[in-house]
Amino acid sequence: MTETRITPQIIAQHGLTEEEYQKIEKILGREPSFTELGIFSVMWSEHCSYKTSKPILDRFPTKAPWVLQGPGENAGIVDIGEGLAVVMKVESHNHPSAIEPYQGAATGVGGILRDIFTMGARPIALLNSLRFGDLREARTRYLFEHIVSGIADYGNCMGVPTVGGEVYFEDCYRDNPLVNAMCVGIIKHENIVKGSASGVGNPVIYVGSTTGLDGIHGATFASEELSEASAAKRPNVQIGDPFTEKLLLEASLELIKKGLLTGIQDMGAAGLTSSSSEMASRAGNGITLNLEKVPRREAGMTPYEIMLSESQERMLVVGKAGCEREIEAIFRKWDLQFAVIGEVTDDGVLRIKEGDRIYAEIPAEALTDGAPQYRQVSQVPAYLEELHHFDPEQIPQPADYNKVLIDLLTSPSIASKEWVYEQYDHLVRTDTVVLPGSDAAVLRIKDSELGIALTIDGNARYLYLDPGTGGKSIICEAARNLAVSGARPLAVTDCLNFGNPLKPEVFYQFERAVDGLSEACEALRTPVISGNVSFYNESANEAIYPTPTIGMVGVLADVSKAVTAWFRQAGDLVYLLGRPDCHLGGSEYLKTIHGKVAGAPPPVDLTSELKLIETLLLLADKRILNSAHDLSDGGLAVALAESCVMNKNNILGAEI
Amino acid sequence: MKYGVVVFPGSNWDHDCYHVVKHVLRESVEYLWHEKEITNGFDCLVLPGGFSYGDYLRAGALAMFSKIMRSVKDFADRGGLVVGICNGFQILLEAGLLPGAMQRNKTLKFISKFTPVKVVNNAIPFTRKYQAGEVLNIPIAHAEGNYFASDETLKRLRDNGQIVFQYCSPEGEIDGASNPNGSIDNIAGICNEKGNVLGMMPHPERCAELILGNDHGLRVFSSLSS
Repeated sequence: MTETRITPQIIAQHGLTEEEYQKIEKILGREPSFTELGIFSVMWSEHCSYKTSKPILDRFPTKAPWVLQGPGENAGIVDIGEGLAVVMKVESHNHPSAIEPYQGAATGVGGILRDIFTMGARPIALLNSLRFGDLREARTRYLFEHIVSGIADYGNCMGVPTVGGEVYFEDCYRDNPLVNAMCVGIIKHENIVKGSASGVGNPVIYVGSTTGLDGIHGATFASEELSEASAAKRPNVQIGDPFTEKLLLEASLELIKKGLLTGIQDMGAAGLTSSSSEMASRAGNGITLNLEKVPRREAGMTPYEIMLSESQERMLVVGKAGCEREIEAIFRKWDLQFAVIGEVTDDGVLRIKEGDRIYAEIPAEALTDGAPQYRQVSQVPAYLEELHHFDPEQIPQPADYNKVLIDLLTSPSIASKEWVYEQYDHLVRTDTVVLPGSDAAVLRIKDSELGIALTIDGNARYLYLDPGTGGKSIICEAARNLAVSGARPLAVTDCLNFGNPLKPEVFYQFERAVDGLSEACEALRTPVISGNVSFYNESANEAIYPTPTIGMVGVLADVSKAVTAWFRQAGDLVYLLGRPDCHLGGSEYLKTIHGKVAGAPPPVDLTSELKLIETLLLLADKRILNSAHDLSDGGLAVALAESCVMNKNNILGAEI
Repeated sequence: MKYGVVVFPGSNWDHDCYHVVKHVLRESVEYLWHEKEITNGFDCLVLPGGFSYGDYLRAGALAMFSKIMRSVKDFADRGGLVVGICNGFQILLEAGLLPGAMQRNKTLKFISKFTPVKVVNNAIPFTRKYQAGEVLNIPIAHAEGNYFASDETLKRLRDNGQIVFQYCSPEGEIDGASNPNGSIDNIAGICNEKGNVLGMMPHPERCAELILGNDHGLRVFSSLSS
């Protein structure tokens, strides 16, 4: 087989710059083969390499005594006591969902589940954060309906409850909806596994679905803006098979429990390429793969296509030499297709063969840590000054306050999301103590008194108006959602959704947002333990709002002390805790009632936030609270109304 | 009492049923892998919920061909107690152990929520600790729970008292407004003529402990104990 010749056009089509190509030649000491060029292009894509974001992400606080695994692995891990740990990560699947909403969203859930169980953890909860355009448009309703169905069908079939989430509707997401999926798993400390190819001579085993032509260059696709031509990339979107994934989950956990492997990783973005090179690089080893052995669903696939395919529900396992028969028995039990496709070597090289012919020989580290990094130019967006000059005082007082409240309560971003979460099985595994609808979901941990609380938050309008302050306020909101539920916030996983980072104004938003998030994480002692960056969320040259979504986990020493948001009984007293300042900038009131997105978002005082959190935790611990609810979108009026009506079996009023 | 929880590839709620029997009821329980035959000594078999074989083709349609289903039939024929919950109910229908069939919910969407369900027949082994007419608040979680039966079958079910659970209003009214999925006659659960095989869409194992909201479902299991 002769491979395609490398020309400047071919290089450009792979999204590589001239300098990057020269760097590749320097690493290899020769011209790359076509397969090698493909491998470099996906591994050095923004999606896999974080080449633009890495220097900024390094600002996140990532350490604390309870952090067992920070960023850099398939997922982060925090200790919750009693020898148990929580594994978590959030990831985007925005572009596939914009093109093919059902499958795009479903495979987003599939991918994040694999990131959790490859650490050895059993997934116990899913959450999601969704953004759409105006719900009055038919296309938005189509995206909304199918994205929710895709998430529901995949998670439900896997038997993992979807316990929480958030949905916002803003015009900027019209053509570029956001689908961020978060998964949380539970693990005993001694069972933690890493995605590492240790042990020279160990077999590299392929398991799961066959490799097809779907999703080739998905990682590169995720690293460009959406356009009219994007619809033509529909074949880049993969098709999910949750049943195979369920079998993979059970088989992987069985292998890990029996200690038969040294490393395991999902074949996610950039498929076989990323899983093999990342596992080799983490261990400082090499991997040789013989592609003849790879199970395929199409005849005549080239090494280039096999290495870049993003077919779903596939994993790469590094087994312990000598345990092959036991490993095979487990895969057979679960009816999974598998093949030994290579072995771990000591030379640090990712070597791709088909039969005797070598198609690629690349130092594994050059594909991961050796990827280029760029410091982009940053510039204050022109719109900011104008919007900050807006004075909310100039807005007239409403004539009818009742109507304002009803309009706010019926605005799609604030209204009950029951239509969404009733499609998600939120009870499977019988651990969900506080169901969707409250500020945070609370799960019990069986065989202990412990509970964990989970939330996902991201009011992007505040970041649009001030990325630094907005970043701080998202962390505070997430932490408050946990604290009002009675849980001490422990750690953060983040999904940073932004526009094209090569635009200085977008990069400014990104940098300032990360600074704001970092400052608040530091102050509230909730380090960032995992995450994902999604750039190029633009269409028709319009960037989305800067939208970090923050997943946060908290722990309850005694799950029976969990607090919910709805009023419990008539006669209870209602207290307002925190600073009684009034700010209308960036509010849902301005947007819904006056059609304005303007002003400065409410300032954040991290010291008083911390005091508020500690106070709430003390009150919950002493069982003094009958309910507690965070004030967020729609402010005090909406929070009170929600507390009155959220429990449909016990609707109460309030007099303030 | 000794229970067996049948595990098909894609069963999800096997752990939940196991947990209730073992840790809440403190009875003896074992998982039964779908490729095995059932050995002697079991008193009750549980076909749990989930998505056996991914529910590909049709919910329960592939699981009925599993090796274990032949011995589940034999077990039931000998009078052994069998309860199928959600996907387990769908499998019992596909396997012909119970009459009728499932359609997709009338909303064409998965529905997951607590729903009032009335105990219509409290004379079978699974319901004898309930009062007749008692209203349970019990979770449902399914996309294909819209039960259908021909007029003739329906008449037989009614005449023989085989309708065990019906969806109802919180006050116990059985009307169209309180039917979540379109089931004929608001049917949520039925049994065979002998009353030893029960199929139900609601999940009793999900409300068997107070910390999960209520324990209305526990008596489906504890009714079997003396």
